[in-house]
Amino acid sequence: MSGSVDLESVTKRYGTETVVADVSLAIPQGEFFTLLGPSGSGKTTTLSMLAGFVVPDEGRVMLGGRDMTRVPPRSRGLGMVFQNYAIFPHLNVAENVAFPLTVKGAPKPEIKARTADALAMVKLTGFETRYARQLSGGQQQRVALARAIVGHPKVVLMDEPLGALDKNLRYHMQVEIKEIQQRLGMTVIYVTHDQEEALTMSDRIAIMDHGRIAQMGPPREVYENPDTSFVAAFLGEANLLKVRRDGDAVNGPGGARVVARGSLTSSEGLAFVRPEKVSVTAGTVETAPNHLPGQILHASFLGNIVRYAVTAAEGATLLCDVANGAGTEIHRPGDTVTLSWRAEDSRLLAG
Amino acid sequence: MPLGRLAAWLMIAPALILLFGVFVLPIGWFLVGSLAELGTLSEIWTEAQDVLFSGTVARVLVNTNVIGLIVTLLVLVIGYPVSYALSRAKGFAFTAILLCIVLPYFTSTIVRTYAWMVLLGRSGLINQILLGLGLVDAPLELMYNRTGVIIGMTYVLLPYMVLTLYAAMKAVDPRLLQAAEGMGASPVAVFLKVFMPLTLHGVIAGVLITFILAIGFFVTPALMGGPRDIMIAMLIEREVELTQNWASAAMMTIVLLAVTLILYGFYSRFAEKEAPR
Repeated sequence: MSGSVDLESVTKRYGTETVVADVSLAIPQGEFFTLLGPSGSGKTTTLSMLAGFVVPDEGRVMLGGRDMTRVPPRSRGLGMVFQNYAIFPHLNVAENVAFPLTVKGAPKPEIKARTADALAMVKLTGFETRYARQLSGGQQQRVALARAIVGHPKVVLMDEPLGALDKNLRYHMQVEIKEIQQRLGMTVIYVTHDQEEALTMSDRIAIMDHGRIAQMGPPREVYENPDTSFVAAFLGEANLLKVRRDGDAVNGPGGARVVARGSLTSSEGLAFVRPEKVSVTAGTVETAPNHLPGQILHASFLGNIVRYAVTAAEGATLLCDVANGAGTEIHRPGDTVTLSWRAEDSRLLAG
Repeated sequence: MPLGRLAAWLMIAPALILLFGVFVLPIGWFLVGSLAELGTLSEIWTEAQDVLFSGTVARVLVNTNVIGLIVTLLVLVIGYPVSYALSRAKGFAFTAILLCIVLPYFTSTIVRTYAWMVLLGRSGLINQILLGLGLVDAPLELMYNRTGVIIGMTYVLLPYMVLTLYAAMKAVDPRLLQAAEGMGASPVAVFLKVFMPLTLHGVIAGVLITFILAIGFFVTPALMGGPRDIMIAMLIEREVELTQNWASAAMMTIVLLAVTLILYGFYSRFAEKEAPR
């Protein structure tokens, strides 16, 4: 069995509410695939259908090319990391990690060897006889990870595995999970609501909204080139300027000419540009496309960057991130500035 | 809200005084007073050996333990699935199961025991049905023997087991069971390797409390048992009421009390211990 994962037009309803609506995914073996979305977007239900805890009302779940839609979770041969780790409190670390092999009735020497391997991989050698209550959050997370990979599954499902960890530890675990995934060549389906995590780890991201996939693609593509204002706003900070069609041209706040990729589908829409793509220049410069005069409302010094909130005409407020490079001068609130960006970095979206 | 130690003691003082006055004091009075009549300590010891190792008392002690064990086992076997159903039930089903278990206990023990006698007697409901269906030729002896005692006691003690197990089962995180299933465990394996170990402390607590209560039973064996099913509490009552032998009643009481306290010591250890974390 290969580690490919496919969902074919999968739909799940609870009562009158459609939680997952006609979702199709084709994930090749070895891909790190992330389902990203706010809570209630259907990402966890989608994962539950892959795991077999939830049976879809319509559509098929294919694992390694085989229809597994109605196969119970225990027969799907998946590795799983649960949101709350789900470490058995009555078993020690080694017994926890060995659990998937023990219930399968694997021979004792094999269980021992594989458990030791898995523990070594998550750097928990020496913790075999400890219990969950004697471990830190990060160590518990490692136990859960070791248990998910101990049976060498082709596919591992992870449901917000790092949600309970502090930021620093999270970053370390992200790197480690990614490393293990690449070393073992396994397919990982990863659920998170943390966009930074999704961008860092994934080969591809599916952004979910109201049970549907809003956009799917490699991290940079969905970040730089969002199809909708929802995706733009959900993946990091985004400036979404109200724009109107004016003949062949598009005008922004105060009638400023806006040039961007894409086109407006109606007379009004939004121009999307990321804060870090916006340049801030002191004073007023000549009017040109994608040049917007404004006033600094607020300047936040974030260390490596300075984030400005700038008010432009018609009450529009833009965020601009400026790298705190050598000799950077920081503008003060009230300063008159001009914002500008390249047409390639901007995109017209439906309102 | 941190309470001052004094305030805490003042609050439980009425209960402590009441318990001491109506419970500890009379029992102490009864035990000490009855035994003091016998004379010196060595005389009490000699008498105690005579009483406790006499054929009757020894047989009753064995009886008490055997009945207690059988009843405890039955209560466990019947109670475990009921508790499981209760711990998984929601809304109406939960209320219905709980009421079925608890409601009969709003009536007195005697009334309930008589209700069982109506059911189990030679011409009782159960025998009539069995005879009517032709399943038996002669009425079964369901009462005035050990069967009757066991049925009656099992019924009375069931809720203690069910509620103890329920507490333990409710504390099991259902996500652990789902996780086990996801990791390849069959339903049987989920039960044996996860659910049962996580509820074991509840089983031990339930078994101990049931057994403690069972060995002190009086009404049910008195009304539903036969002459050969005398339990220790009945014998104590008989010594006091019939033969007025307060000293031997006191000795048997001490034995019963000692066994109960020892078992309670174990019980409190398991009851206090929450589900392993």
